[in-house]
Amino acid sequence: MTNSRMRHVYGWLLLTPAAILLIGFTHYPTVATLIDSFFSTGTAIRPSRFVGLDNYQLMVDDPIFWKVLGNNLWFALGTIPTSIALAIVMALWVNRRLPGRALVRMAYFTPTVLPMIAVANIWLFFYTPDIGLIDQIAALFGLPGHNWLGDPNTVLGAIIVMTIWKEAGFFMIFYLAALQNLPPELEEAAKLEGAGRWTYFRRVTFPLLMPITLFVLINAVLNSFKLVDHLFILTKGGPDNASNLLLYYIYISAFSFFDSAYAATLTMVLLVLLAVLAIAQFVILDKRIHYR
Amino acid sequence: MLRILRKTVLAMALAIGIGGLAVTAQAKTELTMYYPVAVGGPLTAIVDGLVANFMKQNPDIQVNAIYAGNYNDARIKALAALKSGQPAQLSVMFSIDIYELIEQGAIVAFDDIVETADDKAWLNSFFPALMENGRTQGKTWGIPFQRSTIVMYYNKDAFREAGLDPEMPPATWDELVEMGKKLTKAGGERWGVMIPSTGYPYWMFGALAMQNGEVLMNGDGNQTYFAKPAVVEALQFWRDLGAKYGVMPEGTIEWGTLRQNFLEGKTAIMWHSTGNLTAVKSNAKFDFGVAMLPANVRRGTPTGGGNFYIFKQTTPEERKAAMKLIKFMTSPESSAEWSIKTGYIGISPAAYETPALKAYVAEFPPAAVARDQLEFATAELSTYQTGRVRKLLDDAIQAALTGAKTPEAALTEAQSQSDRLLAGYR
Amino acid sequence: MNGRGFTWWLETVAAWVLAVLWLSPLLYAFWAAFHPPEFAIRFVPTAPLSLANFAAAWEQAPFARYYLNTFILVTMLLAAQFVLCTLAAYAFARFDFWGREVAFALVLVQLMVTPEILIVENYTTMSRLGLVDTITGIALPYMASAFGIFLLRQAFKSTPKELEEAARVEGCGLIGVLLRVYVPLAKPTYLAYGLVSVSHHWNNFLWPLVITNSVTTRPLTVGLAIFGAPESGVDWSIISAATLMAVAPLLLAFLLFQRQFVQSFMHAGIK
Repeated sequence: MTNSRMRHVYGWLLLTPAAILLIGFTHYPTVATLIDSFFSTGTAIRPSRFVGLDNYQLMVDDPIFWKVLGNNLWFALGTIPTSIALAIVMALWVNRRLPGRALVRMAYFTPTVLPMIAVANIWLFFYTPDIGLIDQIAALFGLPGHNWLGDPNTVLGAIIVMTIWKEAGFFMIFYLAALQNLPPELEEAAKLEGAGRWTYFRRVTFPLLMPITLFVLINAVLNSFKLVDHLFILTKGGPDNASNLLLYYIYISAFSFFDSAYAATLTMVLLVLLAVLAIAQFVILDKRIHYR
Repeated sequence: MLRILRKTVLAMALAIGIGGLAVTAQAKTELTMYYPVAVGGPLTAIVDGLVANFMKQNPDIQVNAIYAGNYNDARIKALAALKSGQPAQLSVMFSIDIYELIEQGAIVAFDDIVETADDKAWLNSFFPALMENGRTQGKTWGIPFQRSTIVMYYNKDAFREAGLDPEMPPATWDELVEMGKKLTKAGGERWGVMIPSTGYPYWMFGALAMQNGEVLMNGDGNQTYFAKPAVVEALQFWRDLGAKYGVMPEGTIEWGTLRQNFLEGKTAIMWHSTGNLTAVKSNAKFDFGVAMLPANVRRGTPTGGGNFYIFKQTTPEERKAAMKLIKFMTSPESSAEWSIKTGYIGISPAAYETPALKAYVAEFPPAAVARDQLEFATAELSTYQTGRVRKLLDDAIQAALTGAKTPEAALTEAQSQSDRLLAGYR
Repeated sequence: MNGRGFTWWLETVAAWVLAVLWLSPLLYAFWAAFHPPEFAIRFVPTAPLSLANFAAAWEQAPFARYYLNTFILVTMLLAAQFVLCTLAAYAFARFDFWGREVAFALVLVQLMVTPEILIVENYTTMSRLGLVDTITGIALPYMASAFGIFLLRQAFKSTPKELEEAARVEGCGLIGVLLRVYVPLAKPTYLAYGLVSVSHHWNNFLWPLVITNSVTTRPLTVGLAIFGAPESGVDWSIISAATLMAVAPLLLAFLLFQRQFVQSFMHAGIK
């Protein structure tokens, strides 16, 4: 028998390869980003120097930063509840014995296997004014066309619709799994007691879906920050930053403006937001989950 | 069986050995170059063709031409390569990246490389307007390669339909509005004119500003003139085209789909890069014309496109080889071939004297419009902190066009932020 | 509740309408790609079919190379993930070592803080390692996957201990037990994780965009993004054709192995 000392050593040995990579690309960069945010960006003619909280001050004074934060908030509020609700509805439908349900399930899930770049290419056409598909259909009904991506009032909404299209099917799968794990006796019992479908859903199904909802919610929140691929194709953050998102702003600060210090500062904000949201979700939802 | 196998192995070994000998026998200078493609069409194939011809004529130089995406990508890739220890020796990058590249200590001035009197003369053999973006601090840092100006494409059939003379496109702002009104059909079925305001709005704006008598920046890269009254007027005119005169859709107009809109007849006139010429020519199902942009106080257009830059991190042999490559790629014959196949401008008067380009221009007059417009051309917006400054102007333009801010408010704010950024460079 | 009444039919119709709506973007891409450019925005049923767009797109960008790069990327990445995550999960599941709980919590951080979030710093690290513009460079930050470790740890934990003891009795060492007992029993998890990982990394964009510079390393998503020529604008038909070429392998695999895909994602989510 291996003695327990050796087990400690073996344990760490087995963990080491993964640990090196995780530390190298997750933990170390987080610390490095924090440090970088206190220095200025170096160039060939002006080397980097310690500037304390100056970068943060610049960020607070930057109207684009606040616009971008606001956009992220609206984007999250727009996509998360809707796509989750839609995912639940889709899962409920696919779970029942509807005719052609395999095809329907495929249709709902297909957007998930497409890369965001491809999705954006296709939807760029949909949103093109006058000759795009949406405006063409609107014309059939006699409705006027609209510059969906060029109007600051509609651009975020247009992107939200596209994102819901992409994400709902992905979440549906998890709900489907959860639904299929529910014991059928519950439904029988409810039928016997004469409970209506909506009551059944509200009192039984939905609470039992809470654990999976937590998982889906975490995914959805993470995606709402991570998903900026489409901006490269659709709007590049325009018009006038109406569709700009934090991670995209970080990208252009670092790779278009070559201001790595500012990018580090923005990244710190992103990290703090993610941390706060993760903790909040665990704490709040943990209380409401019924574990079986 | 075994015998055949042994023979094959021997033959292969021999071939590899001889090949290896051949390779090591010629100590080749290797050049890596990044280039962007900014207009549609199989341009990478054309670049590869030119490069292959060069290598045939210069067997001691090996060129690795890498397509890097758009101008932004090309700059990012080239600079990243420099930092990562696998540098390129030269690249085609945006003409306006010059200050950024100087600040990063990335490029070397051509004046520091050219030695012979011939070479020095060569530096002056290009169209002066095209050299503006490549010169600062009294030196030349970029040599023109794929250059363009904005031109006005117009649908001659639409003109005839509206009762206008198809050979007399608008030559002034007033004519643009008048004719635009006649060309606009109600209900958005057709617009008079479209000037794109996503993608490179500052480029289009440079034209409007110059047509109203002003330029957007100075030649040292540390001062912008966004809030001058004539510049504000120009933005007001751009907004008025949509909001007041109704000849253009309101809001922003998408760069990427503009050519499609023109080809579909959704707009009778479009302002776009001359780089679209070949694509419009092959796809237009109607009679179209190309003209210089209209004047207000005077005619004007910014130049656009990419220049050749040589990087500082290069050995003397590499620099000599790079010079040879650049001279080849910008020679009158190469420039003529490039211009015919892509729609970019021939970059030197000599290019237009080559038989190929002479014949092409004679047969297809629109190809000469961009060249003729060079007389009225100015540099594209370029300063230190160029990415940020451009974004300030882009945002201001889009804010004004969508009605979120008045042109004056938008430009004043952009100017004050630009001053803040550039103060340190004065 | 299961009667085929009016509401049941109403729901069926609604589900079908939604399904058609959901498929329409992809259907449009097919339409535009297989018809000549004049019909890109005109939906005339008798329009002639054409493969010219695919030929043009193939000619304008080295898609064959992009396919190869992407294939190498996901394969290399999956292999590395299997190895690294198996070892780490084994450690977490069956070894009680000092600091285990803390280590696991730190691992879970990567579920939220993915490499793209720290894009600037990770780029600098890669550049110091000399791995910029290499396929290894794209894959490296993802090789130790918190998600993989998490899944496999669950799977290993639920393997009955008697099996391990039985293998021990036969004289297997620690690694032997891992390879003979735990890995084979976790096959469904490996399959599930494999499918999730492949589809995620086939479609990944931001990090590969930043790390790759040249055709020899660029994956399909980046190739597709830089395909549209900026100065002159897009050509719908060719872009649709290029888009279809980029998504075809994964889409085809999905259509053929639908059940496995769905089961995999479900399996992954339940854990």
